[in-house]
Amino acid sequence: MSRKFKVVIALLVGLAAVGLVVAGPVGAKVEDDTIVFGAALSFTGKYSTNGKHTKNGYDLVVKRINETGGVKVGDKSYKIKIKYYDDESTPARAGQLADRLIKQDGIKFILGPYGSGPTKGMAPITEKYKIPMVEGNGASRSLFNKGYRYLFAVLSTSEQYLAEAIAVAAEQAKKAGKDPSSIKVAIAVENDPFSMDIRAGVLEDAERYGMKVIIDDKLPKELTDMTATLTKVKALKPDVLVVSGHSKGATLAIRQTAQMKVDVPILAITHCEAADVVGKFGANADYTLCATQWAPTMTYKDRWFVSSGEYAKTFEKEYGYVPPYQAAESSAAVLVWVDALERANSFDTEKLRDTLAATKLETFYGWVDFDDTGKNIAKPMVLRQIQKGKYVPVAPAKFAAGKVIYPRPKWSER
Amino acid sequence: MESLQILFTAPIFSLQLLIDGILIGAIFALAAYGMALVWGVMKIINFAQGELVILGGFIVFSLNKAGLNAFLCIPLAAVAMFVVGWLLYHIVIVRIVEKDLFISILATFGIAILLQQLMNQVFGADVQVVESELGTWFLFDGNVTVVQIKVVSFFIALMLGVCLAFFMKKTRLGQAIRATAQDARAARILGVNTNKVYATTFGLNGAVCGAAGGLVVMTWVVQPYAGLAYTIRSFMIVIVAGIGNVAGVVFAGLGLGAAENFAGFILGTEFQAAFVFSLLVVILVCRNFKLRLQRSYLK
Repeated sequence: MSRKFKVVIALLVGLAAVGLVVAGPVGAKVEDDTIVFGAALSFTGKYSTNGKHTKNGYDLVVKRINETGGVKVGDKSYKIKIKYYDDESTPARAGQLADRLIKQDGIKFILGPYGSGPTKGMAPITEKYKIPMVEGNGASRSLFNKGYRYLFAVLSTSEQYLAEAIAVAAEQAKKAGKDPSSIKVAIAVENDPFSMDIRAGVLEDAERYGMKVIIDDKLPKELTDMTATLTKVKALKPDVLVVSGHSKGATLAIRQTAQMKVDVPILAITHCEAADVVGKFGANADYTLCATQWAPTMTYKDRWFVSSGEYAKTFEKEYGYVPPYQAAESSAAVLVWVDALERANSFDTEKLRDTLAATKLETFYGWVDFDDTGKNIAKPMVLRQIQKGKYVPVAPAKFAAGKVIYPRPKWSER
Repeated sequence: MESLQILFTAPIFSLQLLIDGILIGAIFALAAYGMALVWGVMKIINFAQGELVILGGFIVFSLNKAGLNAFLCIPLAAVAMFVVGWLLYHIVIVRIVEKDLFISILATFGIAILLQQLMNQVFGADVQVVESELGTWFLFDGNVTVVQIKVVSFFIALMLGVCLAFFMKKTRLGQAIRATAQDARAARILGVNTNKVYATTFGLNGAVCGAAGGLVVMTWVVQPYAGLAYTIRSFMIVIVAGIGNVAGVVFAGLGLGAAENFAGFILGTEFQAAFVFSLLVVILVCRNFKLRLQRSYLK
């Protein structure tokens, strides 16, 4: 290659680079009459089921808003749409995609990914570019002790998931004329940030009542078997057994307590619906207490979906299944954005951040009110008990649709 | 140490742990047997072992969902997985057999990732189970429970192990496999089609994993990303037992199951894996020490 030729090529490359910089991002934050949100979701990889729920939750709101006149900012009504990428269920990829959404696509309104891990991957990036992110699926409390200013979460943080189960145990002890401190608690949670938060919440509440924690097992991530823990439960006979290990933990807990006939008055777990324990195990799943962020039976109201029940109906009509809370909280995240855009009356990200921080909004999903760290402090977790294959809200009292059946009947009596 | 006290004050729970551990160990041993076979014959450490087990589980799950009896699905899954193993050999393994060990580790690791993603696409990321419709036996006032499916799994695993050992000893193909394991070049000179032997060996490994997967989905759960635990356990069992030692693999499998259960009970589940791997190091150090004491000379 001659030297002249090389110089020409170098010049051309240089020109192209300048051209790219001048042209700026391909997509803009607002295209004509459409506001574009950006989201990296898990379409492949281990979170793909919940990634789908998240997308359905987002899309349902987009459809509803666009059908009912759009978002009013200034004097103009805007339609909304979402630009999606696949984060492959990995936090690092979610971080890269946040960068791409903001820098290359020029998007100024970010919706959260699925799960605490990917959210942790994205938050530093949105923070760096000072672009607000409203998320509905990152519950780990480690997201909210880093001083992030641009992160807002509509869901209850993970330490609240099963704390209510301790309250239920204390209440039942009082009813039986016993001191709550006589209650013995067993904890078996996966060794990951989400479940360790749950453990922290349960430990705090148990300590408050003076209860004794007699089993405190941390299940490995490659969990395949809970025999050792359950044998310990059989030997020490605790009053409450708390299990958290995503769908795998929920499935193993129900299957193996039934197989090994482990009798414990209260069994409280997470991810009942995600693991479809009722569909898998039928009557063996009965009397289990399940933590949930939201349920269609709740009585919240809003101007978009009218009520929780109506939301569930709309969702089921559109996608053919009852919305799990993962979908509902995703929908709520979009609603919070819509509300903030209308109140701020501007597309200025700094102004939007402040408006988001001042949010006080009732949605079909629950009240949203962010504290200084960006987490929602206005919506409690709900505990439901599986009774004859149905999820019945039993605590806190405000949402209870039925009474908790205590203790779980012994296996020999079923 | 409180947990250790329980075992002394109520020794009945030791029995529970021991029974469960041994029954669990049989399933590990089955998967490990496949790994030992491939390792011994082809000098390949198959890091996709766990994924083959999980795939077998998913096949049983799908067939069962289609209305077939769960136990009938196991041989079907084994046959299907034999084909999968045979195909995998002809597509990938044939290119790495008799190459550097490192290359085989990389290639099988790649297969593992590919299988995970494929299973995720085809079967979804959800955790799945198959109900065996079997119950539980109560012993000692219900203090010891014996889960029937685990007992059945134990005997199926043992039976398969015995069948395989018989196959290797008595059939022409088994003999050819053993000959190839001893010296592939010499076997070729004597007219053994080593390519066919390798394909069959990998297919057999697939079949064994398929059966193990069927037992796993009936006893515990399967999920596209849950394979690693079975790969690691198989690897460990083979290391302890030594390649080409069927009885060793079975005993190491049962021992590992029991050791894991006791460690989980006494130390807590977070130390379960750590304990087992520490045990592996101790066994290797002891073995090395014993070997050094042996006098070496040129034969």
